[in-house]
Amino acid sequence: MKVWCYGDNINTDMLFPGKYTYTCSTAEEIKPHLLEDLDPSFAKNVKPGDVIFAGKNFGCGSSREQPVVGLKAVGIKAVVAESFARIFFRAAINQGLLLIECPEAVKSYNEGDSVKLDIDNGMIVVDGKTFSFTKLPKEIIAIRNAGGLLNYTRTKLENKKHNS
Amino acid sequence: MDMTFAEKILARYSENKDVTPGQIVTVHPDHLLTHDNTAAIIQKIETELDKYGVFSEDLSVIVLDHVIPASSEKTANNHKKIREFVKKFGIKHFFDIGNGICHQIMVEKGLALPGMLILGSDSHTCSYGAVGCFSSGIDRTEAASLMLTGETWLKVPQSIKMILNGSLNKGVFAKDVILHIIGDISASGANYCSVEFHGDIAVFSVDDRFTMANMGVEMGAKNAVFFVDETTERYLNNIGVKKESYTPVFADKDATYSKTYEYSLDDIVPVIACPHTVDNVKPVSDVSDIRVDQCLIGTCTNGRLSDLEVAARILKGKKIHPDTRLLILPASKNVYEQALSKGIIQILIESGGVVLPPGCGPCLGAHQGVLAPGERCISTANRNFKGRMGCKEAEIYLGSPATVAASALTGKITDPREVM
Repeated sequence: MKVWCYGDNINTDMLFPGKYTYTCSTAEEIKPHLLEDLDPSFAKNVKPGDVIFAGKNFGCGSSREQPVVGLKAVGIKAVVAESFARIFFRAAINQGLLLIECPEAVKSYNEGDSVKLDIDNGMIVVDGKTFSFTKLPKEIIAIRNAGGLLNYTRTKLENKKHNS
Repeated sequence: MDMTFAEKILARYSENKDVTPGQIVTVHPDHLLTHDNTAAIIQKIETELDKYGVFSEDLSVIVLDHVIPASSEKTANNHKKIREFVKKFGIKHFFDIGNGICHQIMVEKGLALPGMLILGSDSHTCSYGAVGCFSSGIDRTEAASLMLTGETWLKVPQSIKMILNGSLNKGVFAKDVILHIIGDISASGANYCSVEFHGDIAVFSVDDRFTMANMGVEMGAKNAVFFVDETTERYLNNIGVKKESYTPVFADKDATYSKTYEYSLDDIVPVIACPHTVDNVKPVSDVSDIRVDQCLIGTCTNGRLSDLEVAARILKGKKIHPDTRLLILPASKNVYEQALSKGIIQILIESGGVVLPPGCGPCLGAHQGVLAPGERCISTANRNFKGRMGCKEAEIYLGSPATVAASALTGKITDPREVM
């Protein structure tokens, strides 16, 4: 598992350039352009199970969801950041991408440190040091567990139809 | 219990007596705004739309503004699919190309009103706080789900009180105020929070408030709001919205705020956001003499009549510097028509400006006015991210319409007080 490490205010244009917003919408179209203007090596070398560590305000800027769709599609296991921008945070819940807000873990991380995630118990281990993070409320975990918002909505609509 | 604006709105929309920050509530927004991205949104739920239809024909407001007129077969096809969707499902509020930028349409057509709750799949949906509306951005998937169900969850945010006292000096505008604030509290300074503007807000017109609420998201805010006053009522009356048709919401006197900031408007000078973050704010006078290749006046942040008027005052009877270009982007057809009848467009064209159709234009780098490597643009838009205007080796500076117009005259970043 590789840890990709970035700084503060990584915005949506760095994660996925705006010029492609209205021409790329499927995961396959998005993948080659992920982090294109920030780290051209990312799209080529990212592997399923990799993790991103970043500073404050990760995902700020546009409401475009291609960054989240793309990161999920290439198999990013979690993004650990000091903080996230709110639309990005919601988009991640809706796509089932795990975001962990844990400034202590980010500050403690040095290049090459081992990183382990224990999602169920809300723990992250960086170079042997354990940090806990706040788990999401149950209403939100239900959306992620359904495999994202659209699956959650489909089930809700089906149930409504059965009950009416 | 005394509540903030956000708490009161979210209590009202979730049918709770009161709510507290951190609480998750289910809400039914009054409107859902989507634009060119409607094509990608409906593509996600084709089967469900056929099976269940849309939740309500009145919920969606769809505006084609981002890449207009279409720049390629792909974007043309997106527009075509959206028009077909609108017809098939009887969507009531549809605005085809040329009507203007979605956020401007929401406000000037009276679709966003005081006390309403509106969500939109665009980050600058927060703009409608200009008229006392709670509005916030969401992603495409959530917009798709809302089209089907009409409901979603929101977390009740903490609120920040921004107290603005005094009055503005000559050459200082709402854009300078909001850039000054973002420079002070940082691009994440209001993350997840509801921002309320208090104090001497009568200083600001609805156009000014639009500029400031629009940039709420640039400090991470969930929404940003100005409370309804005589200025709002007059504006709404002028666009044909009577007082009886809306119910304004005000924060209670003893509401609880996570933070309070106080600014003296008299101390604010013309400022500019330097590359590549919106919070990299400096006085214009500190960065003057930097050459600019392109100047952009317009967008959802500063493309209204008062913005074009200020630019025209500075450029009247003069020519822009031969080594720079000036692009003008009215925020809507309505703004465009008013600017035409007042002779503003004529002045701007005579000075060397190029007028683009009302829409998002060069702001997002998808078409029109894309920058070349090594070029520098000064713009009235809301973002200066690397690559934002289509080229990652270009630089973007953000300022008020007066600063941009002054810079167009001299061909370098210029404090507007030098030419006003």
